[in-house]
Amino acid sequence: MSLVADRVEPSTKMDVPESESQADERNRSLIKISNFDFFYGDKQALFDINMDIAEREVTAFIGPSGCGKSTLLRCINRMNDLIDIARIGRGNVQVNGVDVYDERVDATELRKRVGMVFQKSNPFPKSIYENVVYGLRIQGINRKSVLDDTVERCLKGAALWEEVSDRLDTSGLSLSGGQQQRLCIARALAVEPDILLMDEPCSALDPVATAKVEELINNLKNRYTIVIVTHNMQQAARVSDKTAFFYLGNLIEMNATVQIFMSPEKEQTEAYISGRFG
Amino acid sequence: METALLGTPTRAKSIERIVFWLFRLATYFVLLCAAAIFADIFYKGGKTVFQSAFPFVNVAFLTESPQTLHVFEHAGQKYELSDSAFRIFKEEQGVSIVSETYAYSGGGIWPCIVGTVLLVVGAMLIALTLGVLSAIFLSEYSRPGKTLNAVRLSILNLAGVPSIVFGIFGMGMFVLAFGWNVSLIAGWFTLAFMVLPIVISASEESMRAIPQGLRDASLALGATKWTSIRTNVLPYAMPGILTSSIIGVARVAGETAPIMFTAAYALRDQLPWQGLERWYDFFFQGVMALPYHIYVVSAKIPQNEYTSRMQYGTAFVFLFIVAGITLISILLRIRMRKKYRW
Repeated sequence: MSLVADRVEPSTKMDVPESESQADERNRSLIKISNFDFFYGDKQALFDINMDIAEREVTAFIGPSGCGKSTLLRCINRMNDLIDIARIGRGNVQVNGVDVYDERVDATELRKRVGMVFQKSNPFPKSIYENVVYGLRIQGINRKSVLDDTVERCLKGAALWEEVSDRLDTSGLSLSGGQQQRLCIARALAVEPDILLMDEPCSALDPVATAKVEELINNLKNRYTIVIVTHNMQQAARVSDKTAFFYLGNLIEMNATVQIFMSPEKEQTEAYISGRFG
Repeated sequence: METALLGTPTRAKSIERIVFWLFRLATYFVLLCAAAIFADIFYKGGKTVFQSAFPFVNVAFLTESPQTLHVFEHAGQKYELSDSAFRIFKEEQGVSIVSETYAYSGGGIWPCIVGTVLLVVGAMLIALTLGVLSAIFLSEYSRPGKTLNAVRLSILNLAGVPSIVFGIFGMGMFVLAFGWNVSLIAGWFTLAFMVLPIVISASEESMRAIPQGLRDASLALGATKWTSIRTNVLPYAMPGILTSSIIGVARVAGETAPIMFTAAYALRDQLPWQGLERWYDFFFQGVMALPYHIYVVSAKIPQNEYTSRMQYGTAFVFLFIVAGITLISILLRIRMRKKYRW
């Protein structure tokens, strides 16, 4: 089946689940990256990446610094558009069958469906309430009842409701680091994305806060497709269903997490996981 | 070892002490100079602005137009009357009196106060609008490169141009080429152009100081670039922009050179809202202004004890007004800082 022929208008396509049964896989592929080359100026950052990311699974990207895992993550919601010298060499990234770099695709629409949580927690310097409803307000949704419902639903979804329900009007910056990161997750959930990209969400958190975020990721995967970049291999092993190992801009190996950690196929993967480099 | 620890002060220590005193003396010297200037103006100006009898403030000085002062002796008493009061006095007494006259030394400075406030407010509105818009473009939209560096450099250079050059430019451009004559609007634009470099550089700095993470976060939630700037850059940059405008206000209010060819009259009987035929004539009239008035009474007319009173009184009121406008901006900034904290 040709990828191009399969393409439908972006606005309608992304909501409609593909009806045809895709082979005999348990979960169908939601993100499909094909022959993808990516450059910063003249420097090639990604080489011929091919991967399928399944729906409602947690996929972890691991690899040493500078291996291109964050770059690839930011290609999925086109956050790399913000960098002037970034450009695509070849291939494409498809979300739900739509090439996200198609000129008809509106990047802001894409980002509503592909949410992102950043390495450094970055709540807005506003109240907790306003942080959560920001994504709705900029769409012009201002009805109090809708906003109130969203705040409760998303804060519960991000396992933060219990801790902050009595002080929603205090600044998001008054929260602890781990709470701030969960607030950022709640904020991302408010725009009802299908996919949640997480760029090293726990790298600045202590072990207790990390455990909470990981537990949250486990709960969220029932409803969201999650891609998480992490430096922490134990974390990848704990939270992910699939793991992809990157090295110097190449995807070395991608497989079920158990497989990757117990019996990797490639020598390099084995070396990285066992701590011999990286 | 023991002696070294407990011993006499080392060379390094005495240098430390000398340097410390150098800093301290330099600061004291600056404070002393500032205090001397303020004390002089407050003492001498206070004599003009305040009076010992009720209502303790010299109301005429604050509410009348500048007039000629008549000094004369009548029936063994010495009188100092402004022109209007002198005419009434002559009529009442029904005699002809020979008086010494001193130009600008009677009456008050009300038209100058009005003119200065109008000039400052208008110029700052124009400068802030143009300045913030350009700063948004420079900080958020433009691509880094040689062109941008050249633009930044020329803006910085513009800040060093003497104000008289802006005055001449304003006269050539607005007064003559645009045919606006000597008018409020010509003064507004001239003053605005003069503070633009300050406003642009400071606004750009405060926008670039906003963490990139906030922009990323809002874009990742589906905001367009402009939405992200409007909701997550401008509000937080506002205190910084206001700080720059505080400096701008002091400069706009204080400059004489840019307005002497473009907006200021040495003497005008009517107030800006008097005798307008059409509403937009308001913008095309010249005004009196405090700094220009100080210049006129201290450099353009013969000096004597009566003009000296006028000079110090005007300077006093002038300082007071600038301090007032600055205070308002500072309060506004504090309120905004409280609202957004990170």
